[in-house]
Amino acid sequence: MVLSLIIRNALRHRLRTFLTILGIAVAVMAFGLIRTVISAWYSGVEGAAPDRLITRNSVSIVFTLPLSYRDQILKMDGIKQVTWANWFGGIYVDPDNFFGQFAVDKDTYFEVFPEFVIPPAQFEEFQKNRQAVIVGRKLADRFGWKVGDRITLIGTVYSGNWDFDVVSIYTGKDQTVDESSFFFRWDYLDEWVKQNWPGYGAEIGWFGLKLSDPDRAADISAAVDAHFRNSSAETLTETEKAFQMSFVQMSGTILTLLQVMSILIICIILMVLVNTMAMAGRERTAEHAYMKSMGFRTYHLIGIISGESLVIAGLGGALGLLLLVGMTSIVKAGVSQWFPVFAITTATSVLVAAVAILIGLLASIFPAQRAARIKIVDGLRVVD
Amino acid sequence: MAETLVKIRDVSKSYYRDSQEIPVLHSINFDIPQGEFLALMGPSGSGKTTLLNLISGIDRPSSGELTVAGENITQLSDGQLAKWRSEHIGLVFQFYNLLPVLTAFENVELPLMLTKLSKAERRKHVETALSIVGLSDRVKHYPRQLSGGQEQRVAIARAIVSDPTLLLADEPTGDLDKQSAEDIMTLLSRLNKEFGKTIIVVTHDPRAADKAHLIRHLDKGELT
Repeated sequence: MVLSLIIRNALRHRLRTFLTILGIAVAVMAFGLIRTVISAWYSGVEGAAPDRLITRNSVSIVFTLPLSYRDQILKMDGIKQVTWANWFGGIYVDPDNFFGQFAVDKDTYFEVFPEFVIPPAQFEEFQKNRQAVIVGRKLADRFGWKVGDRITLIGTVYSGNWDFDVVSIYTGKDQTVDESSFFFRWDYLDEWVKQNWPGYGAEIGWFGLKLSDPDRAADISAAVDAHFRNSSAETLTETEKAFQMSFVQMSGTILTLLQVMSILIICIILMVLVNTMAMAGRERTAEHAYMKSMGFRTYHLIGIISGESLVIAGLGGALGLLLLVGMTSIVKAGVSQWFPVFAITTATSVLVAAVAILIGLLASIFPAQRAARIKIVDGLRVVD
Repeated sequence: MAETLVKIRDVSKSYYRDSQEIPVLHSINFDIPQGEFLALMGPSGSGKTTLLNLISGIDRPSSGELTVAGENITQLSDGQLAKWRSEHIGLVFQFYNLLPVLTAFENVELPLMLTKLSKAERRKHVETALSIVGLSDRVKHYPRQLSGGQEQRVAIARAIVSDPTLLLADEPTGDLDKQSAEDIMTLLSRLNKEFGKTIIVVTHDPRAADKAHLIRHLDKGELT
């Protein structure tokens, strides 16, 4: 009967409760959406493997490293495999059609980055065809590409028209993997560089190092950088997570602003529910006094009041989560260009649920305190 | 000679408004035997509700001692007093104080939630209490679906459901029409006669007080 009393109390003023639940739901949805955007920003960081290091030019990521470093790194203790890649800033039809394009080593890249799932037969095609490209599922869907299509990109750094044959459409092994990248063969790029920029060639953007023991990441990073110290191209080696984080930190102010907004939204939800619960508590002063006169203790009343607050916050949170699912799928299509991984994470769902519970408990403090403090004779007088 | 159920010794009560002391009861000495049906009468502000509140343990005297069913309730802590009330006191008020979201059955069941009775035992007690007050056919009705007299009868059923030692009623007919008031007083009289309940009623209404065995008057905080 106690649970029944809690639910019936929550529904005593149906319109007020409905509006409160709706208010909480909208705020929870907004909170969840902001958290999803923040998660999307950090998706690369979250997807980083602990057993991978990234080595780049210590001056800046835009400066290259000699490919010859690869054999030297591979010989070092604790290194299982080394791959490499270059950034390729090409345009597909329109400059607004932005997506990540990478020239990668055909033999080792997908061994070091196995989260890109490629059917074996298609991977064989990638090995055979120098103009082959592997595109992500979302990117293929975005432009309607299929295996067998021929695509032309206009090079910006590497000028001219670049033709590619789509040989495979990869999927991510989980939802944290970016499915909007474009991987083509590094030897195709290198050939162009050698032909068009005499004296250049065999230059790479960064190395991906696969470690035999992730616990040794710090030592190995230091060893790699020490090895190339005082060379013509000194290196900076860091974990993949730190590498990805350096990109995220470029948007630090925006992220801070989003964090602040999400906290403000929590405060708004709290105020909405505090108002409702304070009104409910005040209206029931005489009831609480009468229950005390029957022998109900303060903790009984606190339980009933907190329960009611949790029911309202829980319903608001659940509805907000449903709205969030719908809103995310709507927003996702529009932001996929900037956020390849835009999905409600488990952490976000748990956070939303935790916020709803916390808000429910906090909002019950004032009415519970009032019920606890009210003297029976004073409370009963409210009726008179 | 019946055993004394309530012993009131030199009980005084004052309230404070800001720093000003407002005396309400002055050195009350009074015994109430078990099985008594007592009416406390007096003008507004005479202290009769305050005395009832002290006997029921929902308020504490400024000085003096109150012994109810052998327990000096002035020495009990708040927690002990709450437990004691749940076991010994049934309260009925002028405005019924029923929870509007609960049915008549559930309102009567409410005090039993503090006991260790099983659901089946609670049901039996509630049905008995509602049957005594003549509302067996209204168990599923909400307070808003009942008349004032019926609501007060549900309140009485709730007060007696845990079989308290003492039934206390503060102006139980104050909000009722003449016939309903008569019915309620008859019901209280029946509870006294048939079930041996000790009852104390605070009332302004001399006709209501007529049902009691004993009438005591309070005036300016003193028994007359």
